[in-house]
Amino acid sequence: MTDVIVIEAGRHERNYWRDLWRYRELFYVLAWRDIAVRYKQTVIGAAWALIRPFLTMVIFTVLFGRLAKLPSDGTAPYPLMVFAGMLPWTLFSSGVSEAANSMIGNANLISKVYFPRLIVPTATVVVAFVDFLITFSILLAMMVWYRFLPGWQILVLPAFVVLAFLAAIGPALWITSLIVRYRDFRVIVPFIVQLGLYVSPVGFSSAIVPETWRFAYALNPMVGVIDGFRWCILGGQGALRPETLAVSLAVTAFFLWYGIRRFRKTERSFADLL
Amino acid sequence: MPEPAISVERLAKRYLVGHRAPRHVRQGYPALRDAIERQARTVARKAIDVMRGRQVVQGDEVEEFWALKDVSFEVHQGDVLGLVGRNGAGKSTLLKILSRITEPTEGRVTLRGRVASLLEVGTGFHPELSGRENVYLNGAILGMTRAEIRRKFDEIVAFAEIEKFLDTPVKRYSSGMYVRLAFAVAAHLEPEILVVDEVLAVGDAEFQRKCLGKMDEVSRRDGRTLLVVSHNMGVITSLCTKALWLDHGMVCERGTPETVVGQYLAQSSSGGDRVLRLDHLPRPPAIGDDRFRFEALEWLCPLPLRHGEPARLRLHFRTKAPVSNVSIVVGFNSVDGVRLVSYHMDHAGARRDLTVSDRSAVELVIDSLNLGPNLFNLDLSCRSGDFHGLDGISGCGRVEVVAGPRTPASIAAKNSGVHVEGQWVWDETTEPARLGLTSR
Repeated sequence: MTDVIVIEAGRHERNYWRDLWRYRELFYVLAWRDIAVRYKQTVIGAAWALIRPFLTMVIFTVLFGRLAKLPSDGTAPYPLMVFAGMLPWTLFSSGVSEAANSMIGNANLISKVYFPRLIVPTATVVVAFVDFLITFSILLAMMVWYRFLPGWQILVLPAFVVLAFLAAIGPALWITSLIVRYRDFRVIVPFIVQLGLYVSPVGFSSAIVPETWRFAYALNPMVGVIDGFRWCILGGQGALRPETLAVSLAVTAFFLWYGIRRFRKTERSFADLL
Repeated sequence: MPEPAISVERLAKRYLVGHRAPRHVRQGYPALRDAIERQARTVARKAIDVMRGRQVVQGDEVEEFWALKDVSFEVHQGDVLGLVGRNGAGKSTLLKILSRITEPTEGRVTLRGRVASLLEVGTGFHPELSGRENVYLNGAILGMTRAEIRRKFDEIVAFAEIEKFLDTPVKRYSSGMYVRLAFAVAAHLEPEILVVDEVLAVGDAEFQRKCLGKMDEVSRRDGRTLLVVSHNMGVITSLCTKALWLDHGMVCERGTPETVVGQYLAQSSSGGDRVLRLDHLPRPPAIGDDRFRFEALEWLCPLPLRHGEPARLRLHFRTKAPVSNVSIVVGFNSVDGVRLVSYHMDHAGARRDLTVSDRSAVELVIDSLNLGPNLFNLDLSCRSGDFHGLDGISGCGRVEVVAGPRTPASIAAKNSGVHVEGQWVWDETTEPARLGLTSR
């Protein structure tokens, strides 16, 4: 049986999701390409993926833990708490900002070959995930250094990794579809990501946020994710509240739905707009 | 009768094009107030576009441009359809719609079978990656699975003739190696419908023949449907079973390759086309100055042109604002885009200042045309004194040159480039010893 493809103005692909599955190889290959190319012609190569988060962790520990003297979660060492927060945050921020630029970076592909466009930004989030895995090894080393043994909660961590992943993809797709049309967002995105670092509990613990602000605070989907990470890694110590998690989950789900919807709506005209 | 592999019904594609409004000039200087006013208007319009979720177009005035209009045709399985037409006729837009890169504004296309398109050689090649890695990357981009690529890998490498450099980053490749590798990957695609844009214009003659052979084999042996765009009429007549001529986004002629190519060449090179309209032709995006615009090119001498004989052409243009120290170049290119002869106004010292006018023209008089018998494409460009590009069109028209009364037979038979007379003096009394040659 041969496939029949009908092309018409404004027609939604009936077999879009099947196409996405069919092009899964391209998805791996694009992610692999970005990883392979990333540290070409650098001297220390993949070590950069270790150095950057490590230095950030040191700075945050000195800034928030030593100078501002903020409390840690329970008995956990401050650097460990900071790092447990930075892991998902870096995954989110680099995922969103790289995905945002991915369409422009791959403009030559988009204007010359057909494939479900969803692959491009999603593949870049996967690249951020590889960096996440590398950074995770620092966390393990730190745990050995502080002789900190995680509890059974660590087994729930993969669920939060998936959540962090989904939390990044939603906004990433939305911003991608905007950036293709309005390049203004190229300037706005780094700014938002930078701002997000300070309204998310990366350098401090959620426990210090006043009760009255809790709801507004939880609207940031990364709050639930970061608190969840800390809860898993620091063995049940931390400020993870069920209601915070519920709000974050709802916001993540909304962004995921809205991001995919916006993306699907605009992707058909990407080639004309790029 | 089986259903056609490709059927296109009343296809149309509209683009929005932004223009810069003519500058208001007061006493010779653009007023700051005007500039601010115009900026404000543009920003306001863009803001409204953003609110309504419409496309943002650069420029002050937005105009519609129909790249394709009311195009219908059918291609049956196993057919090879050749698309011919001038630059900007809508061929590439049509291919982009067929390969689902962009969607049509109106009309409908039905494709029966897996489609692969080759609009550019080496799409997605990454310069930092090795040849081997790029084969996998490019293959995946064109829709092959990893298993499929692995199976054909040796064949691809052998076809490209780059065995030795498989693990070298492609940025170190010569351009020929790069193109060979890229085409080799594409040639091993196995779709039911293959769409190919002018990709054979690259590579040396030997490799081009090899590619053509491969494409021919693909369509004949495996019964695949092929859609080919080419400016090389030889390719169209030898490879295709049918041809379609597009002009200004509309189907101009269809039929056997010989008749379509014949008519296309006749129209674009002979007496029928003494006047070439230039106003609607697309300009390269870098050139955007509305002060000066070529409107038409008119031949004032018999067509086709004759080698060694005089030629005269007149360029009609429009100036919306005064421009100083204008210089115009007319270039003759070979069909594959190599500049052979340029007539530069600076050479004759004929630069001049232009005032506002919509009916000016300039004439180029060529005493003796040095181009040998062949087809040539014309390039036009115009610059102001500071080398600011005012207008430019590449490949704006095709012109045929045939042998003139004084063209020697040895040249007349060949399709060739430039032929100049020069002075030849024979001498039979030279002493070879002077040049260090020993006389026998």
